[in-house]
Amino acid sequence: MPKRNDINTILVIGAGPIVIGQGCEFDYSGTQAIKALKEEGYRVVLINSNPATIMTDPQFSDKTYIEPISTEYVEAIIKKEKPDAILPTVGGQTALNVAMKLDEEGILKKYDVELIGANRKAIETAESREMFKQAMLEIGLDLPYGYTVKSLDEAKKLLDKISLPAIIRPSFTLGGSGGSVAYNEEEFETSVNKGLKESPTGQVLVEEYLNGWKEYELELIRDLNDNVIIICSIENIDPMGIHTGDSITIAPAMTLSDKEFQVMRNAAIKCIRKIGVDTGGSNVQFAVNPVDGRMVIIEMNPRVSRSSALASKATGFPIAKIAAKLAVGYSLDELKNDITNRTLAAFEPTIDYIVTKLPRFDFEKFSSASGKLGVQMQSVGEAMAIGRTFRESFQKAFRSLELNLPGFETKDPRDEDLDIKRFRELDIKSLNDGSAFRMLKVKEAIKQEFSIEEIHKNTGIDPWFLTEIQEIVNIEKDYYTVDNLQFLKKNGFSDLQIARLNNLSEDEIRQMRIDQKITPVYKLVDTCAGEFEAETPYSYSTYESENDLQPLEGKKIMILGGGPNRIGQGIEFDYCCVQAVFGLREAGYKSIMVNCNPETVSTDFDLADRLYFEPITFEDIMNIINFEKPDGVLVQFGGQTPLKIANQLSEAGVKIYGTSSDSINLAENREEFAKVINKLNILTPDYCIAKNYDDIYSYAETANFPVLVRPSFVLGGRAMQIVYSKEQLVDYVFRSAEATNDHPILIDQFIENAFEFDVDALCDGEEVFIGGIMQHIEEAGVHSGDSSCVIPPYEVSDSVKKEIETITTKLALELKVIGLINLQFAVKDEKVYVLEVNPRSSRTVPFVSKYSNIPLANIASQISVGKSLKDFKLKKNNFEHYAVKKAVLPFNKFKDEKVFLGPEMKSTGEVMGIDMSTGSAFLKAMKSDGYNVPKTGTAFLSVNKTDRKGLVPIAKNLVDLGFNLVATKGTCKFLNEHGIICDDMFKVGEGRPNVVDEILNDNIQLVVNTPEGPQSRFDEEAIGKTSVMKNILTITTLPGARAAIDSMKHLNDINVKALQEYFKK
Amino acid sequence: MQKLKKAILFLEDGLFFTGKSLGSNGETFGEVCFNTGMTGYQEILTDPSYSNQMIVMSSPHIGNYGTNNNDTESEKVYATGFIIKSESLQPSNWRSEESLSSFLKKHSIVGIQDIDTRALTIHIRKNGAMRGIISTEDFNLDSLASKIENIPKMEGQDLAIKVARNKKVILSNTNNPVYKIAAIDFGMKSNIYDIMLDHKAEVEIFPANVSHDEILLSNPDGIFLSNGPGDPAAVTYGIETVKNLLGKKPIFGICLGHQILALALGANTFKMKFGHRGINQPVKNLITNKVEITSQNHGFAVDEDTLPSNVTVTHKHLNDDTVAGISCNDILAYSVQYHPEASPGPHDSRYVFKEFFNMMKSNAKT
Repeated sequence: MPKRNDINTILVIGAGPIVIGQGCEFDYSGTQAIKALKEEGYRVVLINSNPATIMTDPQFSDKTYIEPISTEYVEAIIKKEKPDAILPTVGGQTALNVAMKLDEEGILKKYDVELIGANRKAIETAESREMFKQAMLEIGLDLPYGYTVKSLDEAKKLLDKISLPAIIRPSFTLGGSGGSVAYNEEEFETSVNKGLKESPTGQVLVEEYLNGWKEYELELIRDLNDNVIIICSIENIDPMGIHTGDSITIAPAMTLSDKEFQVMRNAAIKCIRKIGVDTGGSNVQFAVNPVDGRMVIIEMNPRVSRSSALASKATGFPIAKIAAKLAVGYSLDELKNDITNRTLAAFEPTIDYIVTKLPRFDFEKFSSASGKLGVQMQSVGEAMAIGRTFRESFQKAFRSLELNLPGFETKDPRDEDLDIKRFRELDIKSLNDGSAFRMLKVKEAIKQEFSIEEIHKNTGIDPWFLTEIQEIVNIEKDYYTVDNLQFLKKNGFSDLQIARLNNLSEDEIRQMRIDQKITPVYKLVDTCAGEFEAETPYSYSTYESENDLQPLEGKKIMILGGGPNRIGQGIEFDYCCVQAVFGLREAGYKSIMVNCNPETVSTDFDLADRLYFEPITFEDIMNIINFEKPDGVLVQFGGQTPLKIANQLSEAGVKIYGTSSDSINLAENREEFAKVINKLNILTPDYCIAKNYDDIYSYAETANFPVLVRPSFVLGGRAMQIVYSKEQLVDYVFRSAEATNDHPILIDQFIENAFEFDVDALCDGEEVFIGGIMQHIEEAGVHSGDSSCVIPPYEVSDSVKKEIETITTKLALELKVIGLINLQFAVKDEKVYVLEVNPRSSRTVPFVSKYSNIPLANIASQISVGKSLKDFKLKKNNFEHYAVKKAVLPFNKFKDEKVFLGPEMKSTGEVMGIDMSTGSAFLKAMKSDGYNVPKTGTAFLSVNKTDRKGLVPIAKNLVDLGFNLVATKGTCKFLNEHGIICDDMFKVGEGRPNVVDEILNDNIQLVVNTPEGPQSRFDEEAIGKTSVMKNILTITTLPGARAAIDSMKHLNDINVKALQEYFKK
Repeated sequence: MQKLKKAILFLEDGLFFTGKSLGSNGETFGEVCFNTGMTGYQEILTDPSYSNQMIVMSSPHIGNYGTNNNDTESEKVYATGFIIKSESLQPSNWRSEESLSSFLKKHSIVGIQDIDTRALTIHIRKNGAMRGIISTEDFNLDSLASKIENIPKMEGQDLAIKVARNKKVILSNTNNPVYKIAAIDFGMKSNIYDIMLDHKAEVEIFPANVSHDEILLSNPDGIFLSNGPGDPAAVTYGIETVKNLLGKKPIFGICLGHQILALALGANTFKMKFGHRGINQPVKNLITNKVEITSQNHGFAVDEDTLPSNVTVTHKHLNDDTVAGISCNDILAYSVQYHPEASPGPHDSRYVFKEFFNMMKSNAKT
């Protein structure tokens, strides 16, 4: 069937901020879908609250709305843009949920808009455990025994039918959130109660626990003509019991015979038909009992998912793009296979390599996390690797993780890094639980000659994989010498691994390899295992005999990507890399992208002129450079990842375009950088680099407390901290850190109650362009990645603004920055202090670019290759609108984590609110993050002495808005003295009911709490945690409070305005 | 680490690959062709259609799930050689009974592993299927080159007669069969008759060179033309038999059977460059306009332009537009180039069998 002509405008719903369970794969799928729909000539309107996405770049859609993804805002957009159809299947669970609500609330009917790609019934059937079960039984598929209940009593009755352990999952939540396993009745009751609360529908599923069963996923696509194809089979190495997002997964499935695979394939096809996904991609999960082969269906996602992004990268088949085209009426046999460009999309990809996906965890950021994996997803990113054999692919995946692992092995003890615990004594029982590095423990167990059988019994990992791992161990033991170089390389060993095994240096091994002509070849991901010639394929390295590729012709530049997402380095850097591709194209260069993160737009096969899906290590990058011989490399866009190897590349004679390694080093070296600061007469907080305890004592005598302390390497999650006295400082040092020459402790004066600012700027060596100055809403001391910020700055004098611009300009020129630079400032009493300088792209680049409609990263890439700022005729921003960025924190995933924000970054993503006033922009940001901004109610106030004066107008405003005020004794007294009616309330520990009790009892709707000193921070922690739990808006600065009050005045206006409208000429 | 003998694969155009032995040691030869299926190696090895062929599996790990007594398509291994990237050391599957290597040794199959199978696949894609030798004994390239000269080319070879049964067999699962099918065995896969038996048919399997009289004498409800190896045009006796059966009984053919039906109808067949071998092959049913993902294994195809006007092309291969199924307008006869019985491969095309049963049913009524 040809495409539909009865629809013109399509509204695409994005996934919102990056959270655990919903990562940047939806930027990838959304971007593909939008491109596909535009290609077909439709008018595309997009809503997404996440500014760090490529999809929200205004050039992709006709109208781009960065607005909260809620029914009220979507309705406003529908009213304004009059779409004929909504595509809700490329924006994860967020988009599906809002689409369901739009239907429920009658909004779709009211405006005569249809859902394409999925319908309400299909979504409901797939997502409601009970309906899904019923549907599967009707088509004769086996399921785990399980029942949905609405109360604890009902659940308890089930214990007659299901024996413990049982798994309890709340219905309708993201990423399996809230699911848990109960081994005894007590745990059972707790889990059921918790689940009932967490489920938006108050339902939980109590299910037979399939711990240790093999887990598989099939990705499939259906068109309106009822054609169904399987794109990819995925086998989880970690068996059932560990969320698939946290499992190591392999494509294709390794241990299914054709007979079994076809049964699974038939079941998946039956399932998609029964659920009624008329068009588009779906993912079906199965569990197989390893003993007797009993196969049960676990769940199906009626949309593009994290797994479909993985399947797309694993096979080359662009699932989201095809799904979008099917949604507008095409059938599979009418669409081209873009990779081969000569066959059709109607076929099943077949692959001749092995794909390994490893999850990336950041448990060290969450000291409360046990590190045990379970049915709730905890990973924050993933790396994928491709190799011709399992061993090669597996080892590459480990070095892609960006944890300084040279391959499938622990870090060298010489690194003295205690991030990853060594296993001096291996307790085989410790393998029972999944953990971030269980595979390394498995390896250790094999080394210690535990049998495959025993390890299998303890882990549930299939013997096939264990045997392969045993082979790696055997090779390491028996074939490690350099005369087996070729053999070792074929088995995925890195130069660094071989070097360590032979007590040589990485360079020596590399040289030996090159001398012996042992270099990788590049094979293609072509969807068809070589059956057809491929035109737009992408490639991976392997040690085989023949190259599929010729080096790219013409002027070409390599861009190093950001690797797996983790806290502190996420989608923003992928955004910058993608912009760099666009920039290079405009500047007349071809681009070569290297990255190993399957969730990203940067690894889309048709983005760069050539894509290498490879780990970002010195060895892997040098191999590509030796093969491609690019004109140079861009390292400033992929965050820390490429910078880590920039020096090595530079020393190896690779031309680094943009800011030089020397400048980068200069900015990173505290002592050297201090000289620059002094030379330029710039203020910076006092600091000390303590190489021994004496340094600390002598600094402590004169220090201006509080100070921020951080060890230069991290001990078990305890990292940076603010300390308030000499005693505390000494205590911290004794407890948590060592000070040595190699690993000094860094101490910085912490400027309390300062305003912080972030600046992103461009420099071509001669001129500097300030992209934007952002003012933080949170108090100083909160990691800039976790702070909310406003652009343009909202409470700052012109002279301070000017000073910030002057310092930025001076430093950029002094550091000889070519490209992007990011600076952080603290301002107190009109004095401007420089806190940090990063001569590279930053987390805020996409936010500033969205605010100002200036593609900073794109321009930076062009400047890097020789263009000058003048060529771009950039004008100083003078907009009337405001944008607020708010960090999105994963505290709901780590329930025991301190919610207190500090110098250690914890957020996983961000949202943006944009509007004509700070208040309304702030309101939108809050809403996008899922907060309830109260219209009225009771406000709890507790401010430090410095802030008291400023509280008066705020309190008055709150009263005017109809709020009742309660406050801590001191604050209350002060307000009463100033004629404001206010009741006092106990702090934690002063008596009951205290403020926390009242929050729990829903008696408080707003908290304004500006802390001072350590005790206050303790209180704030208790209040903050409860507020997060109850989703209560908590403000920690007076400017924040003013912004919040301002936002409340806008609660009744639902303004929507597309980015394109803000920048109309 | 197991120690394996060195092995060589030498191709008729002089290209060679050295690797390690797989299965038995010795020397073997055949036409080298690739299969892109990611599962189904045991079915492939035991499919008589692979007679005189050495199969390159493009999927790198083979042997992962071992072998068992149920996943065979015949009693023997018909492929003459097996070429893979990496043999799994530890088969892992609850149905596994024997490792691949031991299975190959049991059937005295010589293979080679640890070579760049993707490079080989692409070489064949570019240059066509060609003859090759695998040896674990002779590494002298001149000697190998002269040996290759003596290997017969696939074109013009009648291999069906060599793999087919030489005696009639009657198979039945039931005392009251609903249908009686006469199958001409050109190298029939067992899953074909298994499906027929599941439909309560009695299947009488005749040798490839059976006469039309003998078939008609048994008075079947329908006649099935099986799959098989080699050049269809060389199966002249089979073509002749089918010519004499046209219009007499419903006829259904698969793969070689399809080609023989087309030849009997007056069309020509041709040798394809490298054929279709895999389980992801898209076929469009031109009657329903639906796409089915099929299992395929053929190196020859029916030339569409030579089909007589009373024949309708019912299915086409979506990748290269070749004929994938035909049906006669005036008599009850149809066939498909692909394998609706799958094994290995998807079950999308099982309906093709149903048509045969319907045809037999309606023919019986008239």
